[in-house]
Parts: sequence; C-alpha cells; structure tokens
Amino acid sequence: MFDFLEDYDVWEAFWVTIQLTLYSAIGSLIWGTVLAAMRVSPVPVMRAFGTLYINTVRNTPLTVIIVATSLGLYQTMGIELGGGDSKEIGFRLAVLGLIAYHASFVCESLRSGINTVPVGQAEAARALGLNFLQVLTLIVLPQAFRSVVAPLANVLIALTKNTTVASAIGVSEAALLMKEMIEIESDVIFLVFAIFALGFVLLTLPVGMLLGWVSKRVAVKR
Amino acid sequence: MSNVSVTKDAGGPESAPSDLVVLNNVNKHFGALHVLQDIDLTIASGEVVVVIGPSGSGKSTLCRTINRLETIDSGHIAIDEKPLPEEGKELAQLRADVGMVFQSFNLFAHKTVLENVMLGQLKVRRTPKQEAQDKAQALLDRVGVANQAHKYPAQLSGGQQQRVAIARALAMDPKVMLFDEPTSALDPEMINEVLEVMQQLARDGMTMVVVTHEMGFARSAANRVVFMSDGRIVEEAAPEQFFNNPRSDRAKDFLSKILQH
Ligand SMILES: Nc1ncnc2c1ncn2[C@@H]1O[C@H](COP(=O)(O)OP(=O)(O)OP(=O)(O)O)[C@@H](O)[C@H]1O
Ligand SMILES: [Mg+2]
Repeated sequence: MFDFLEDYDVWEAFWVTIQLTLYSAIGSLIWGTVLAAMRVSPVPVMRAFGTLYINTVRNTPLTVIIVATSLGLYQTMGIELGGGDSKEIGFRLAVLGLIAYHASFVCESLRSGINTVPVGQAEAARALGLNFLQVLTLIVLPQAFRSVVAPLANVLIALTKNTTVASAIGVSEAALLMKEMIEIESDVIFLVFAIFALGFVLLTLPVGMLLGWVSKRVAVKR
Repeated sequence: MSNVSVTKDAGGPESAPSDLVVLNNVNKHFGALHVLQDIDLTIASGEVVVVIGPSGSGKSTLCRTINRLETIDSGHIAIDEKPLPEEGKELAQLRADVGMVFQSFNLFAHKTVLENVMLGQLKVRRTPKQEAQDKAQALLDRVGVANQAHKYPAQLSGGQQQRVAIARALAMDPKVMLFDEPTSALDPEMINEVLEVMQQLARDGMTMVVVTHEMGFARSAANRVVFMSDGRIVEEAAPEQFFNNPRSDRAKDFLSKILQH
C-alpha cells in the first residue's frame, strides 16, 4: 500500500520544512524582540515605527507577504539575499517573509509579557543607575520571556504550519510535494493527506509539550 | 557620627559645601493636581531627615524627584552640588550615587539574593566579579541575611527582602539613601529588624531621607523631621521639638491622629 512512497522523497521535503521553521523561528525571535524593544522605548520615532510595522504586517495575509518577497524583492528589484541558484534564493526569500510576518506575533506576545513585569522592577533597576537598554535586557525582558513561553510556543507551532505557504513561491517543502503527490496519486489521496498531517503533528506536538514543560520550569515566582 | 549639627536653617538658595541634597523652589503637577508646591529642602551630609505627613501629601513624589524617577515642572535639584541631569548617561551616573529603598522591596525576581546585590556593581560600577561578590556577601552579612544568599526573593520573608534591598542599594556606595515607607508593607513582627538596620546606617553616618510612619524611628534616628501636607512642607524641626511642640495646626492635627493608636 505504501509502495508509491518510494517514488517520492517525503523526508527530503520535510527536512526543508524543518529548516524553514528553524531559521524563521530564530529570525522571528530576534526581530520580534527588537520590535518589542522599539515599542516600549522612550524614543517616539521608534515607538511609532514599531506600532506601524505591527499593525501593517500582522494584518497582511502571509501569502501576500511571501509572494511579495518573490515578485517584489527578487524579480522586480533583483534582491537575491546571497542565494546562488533559484532554489536557494526562493528558500531565503521565504525565510525572510516568514520572519517579517511572525516577528509581529512574537513582538505582541513579548509585549504582553513585558506588561506582566511590575513597574517596580524597572524602577529599582533605573534607581541603581542602569540605562534603558540594560534595564530592558537584564531585568524586564528576561522576566517577560519567562512569562510568555507558552504563547511563544503557539507562535512557533503556527510558524511550523505556515511554512507551507512557501510552496506559493516554489520552495520544495512538504506542501509542494503533497500537491504533486495529490495529482499523481489521486487514488490514494486520503493516505497522502494523512501522511502529511501526521508529519506536521510529529513536528509540532513535541515542541508544544516541551515548551509547555519549560514554561512551568522557568516561571518567575513573585 | 550622627552628631551632625541638627538645627540648620533649611531652604536657603545658596548651598554650603556640606549640603548634599538641595531642592530649590521645586514644583510638580500630576495633571491638575499640584503635588509639590514650592519645595525648598536642604539636606546636609550625614543628616537623617524623616518626612512625615498624611496620605497623598506628596512624600513619595518628593522622594522620587530626588533621583528623578519623577520629573519636576520647575525649580532646581542638586546632589553634591551637581544639578540633576536630563535623561541619559549622566542621569544614570547620578542615580548610582543615590540609593533607593521602596515600600514593595522590588528585588529582581529572576535573580538570586546575591545576584541582586552584585548586579549594580557589575553593570554600573564595572567592579570585577570576585570583588563584587565579596562585597555583596559582606553586605548581606551586615544586614543579617548572609545565609539566604542563594535563594530567590520570593523565598524570603518581607523583612528579609527589605534588608536585601538595603544591601543592594548600599552596594553602590551611595552618597545618600532614600527610603519610601520601607516598613509599611511588612508584617508587624518584621518591622524592627528593618528599622534596626536603618538605625545602624544612621549611626554610621549615612545621609538618609526617610518617608515613614514609624515615629519611634523618627525620634531616635532623625536629625530633622519634615512635615508635609497638601504638597507643601508645612513644618521642619528637630524631632523632639516637632513631636512635643508642633507649631502648625495641621501638624498638631496629624500627630493627634497617629499618636492615638
Ligand atoms: N503617577 C501619578 N499620576 C497621577 N497622580 C499621582 C501619581 N502618583 C501620585 N499621584 C497623586 O499625587 C498625590 C501625592 O502622591 P504621593 O504618592 O506622593 O503621596 P504620599 O504622601 O506618598 O502618600 P502615601 O502616604 O499614601 O504614600 C496623591 O494625590 C496621588 O494620588
Ligand atoms: Mg507614598
């Protein structure tokens, strides 16, 4: 029954999915943290930029963002992000689009985490003579992160599934292979669905459970 | 050396060399509320000033303007003859010289007691790690919580947390310490352990501004009592004089209310 699988490299496709997820997750975490810092910064221009970015990006469909990276950045403006062949360029553009999009969700999770840190924490830090960045990176963000591990896990799970949008610009990840198999193996179509659904569950379930456990471990006691 | 001259005339615009904290004609509003009205206050080096007054009279705000946790609308504040800088590097520098102890302790919840006392030394004073740790341990010993060094704040009693907070402020070698109702959030049986640490600090010659309702502490440790009401300094006097012979009606009224119980 599973003979047809020998003609396809399902593992290879999921490996691309994993890589997309990994790079995008790291990038989103960094860029999302920078955005959150901007949104709480004392500099009005930065706060305005942060707010504008979040409100624009969060409300734009991911497909639009991903397609825009390919048609806009690459084909119109010729930005290749240092990728050699078209396959690598597509991958990098997809990662960029995924980061741009998911960073806004990381930022908003983090901001709600920042709101759980009592103002007295930052005041005590300022009173010691720490500057804004030190207060943020040494006192506020470490506590904020600990309180938002669970919401961040949700962003990561959503990100994992959203990598399928990269197929829209031809990145050969799991969803692209699935489309191909659906066309060719239409007689076992439900089996194909099941295989890919299972693949994603296997990726996201352990991550969710692990981070759920971490979330309890690192919670700040007050 | 708490035998510093007590009866200084306060509020003179010219500051003598020993004047550590000088507030000159300071005004502040919260919206329409005029919380600080023409505040003149001079605190000499080594002096212990207790600020008392009814709730909402502006004591906390006064305390917080001294390290610019609250900005002021007009007037001047100088610490050790340097005017309070605007936001930025210089302000951070100055804050490092002004220790602050809060009503709610505000120990860094994600750091151990020892790390709390080391942080400012490492990140602001750039003290080498071993030196900072030795000093932190010594200070924790001095406030009587040396054996709690590796616990997290939430594992300590309120009284212990507040003593750690005092150690954290002392670790910066501040020129002056500000206390905003340091014992108000404590269970009664823990108040004394904190007051004793403060008494000792006062005896050691630390310049202190203490907002408190602890009249016993005011009597025994203060060089001067400043009584505030509705955003103004209504009266300032030596503790003996203030408690036995308040001049203003508002001070008499306030004292009669708090001394009843
Ligand atoms: N951030 C703020 N925004 C608006 N109003 C404020 C703020 N902080 C304090 N106030 C108001 O300013 C007045 C003085 O407050 P402050 O905290 O200085 O009084 P206090 O003398 O310390 O009182 P308490 O004994 O209750 O601590 C109060 O009426 C208070 O409600
Ligand atoms: Mg107060």
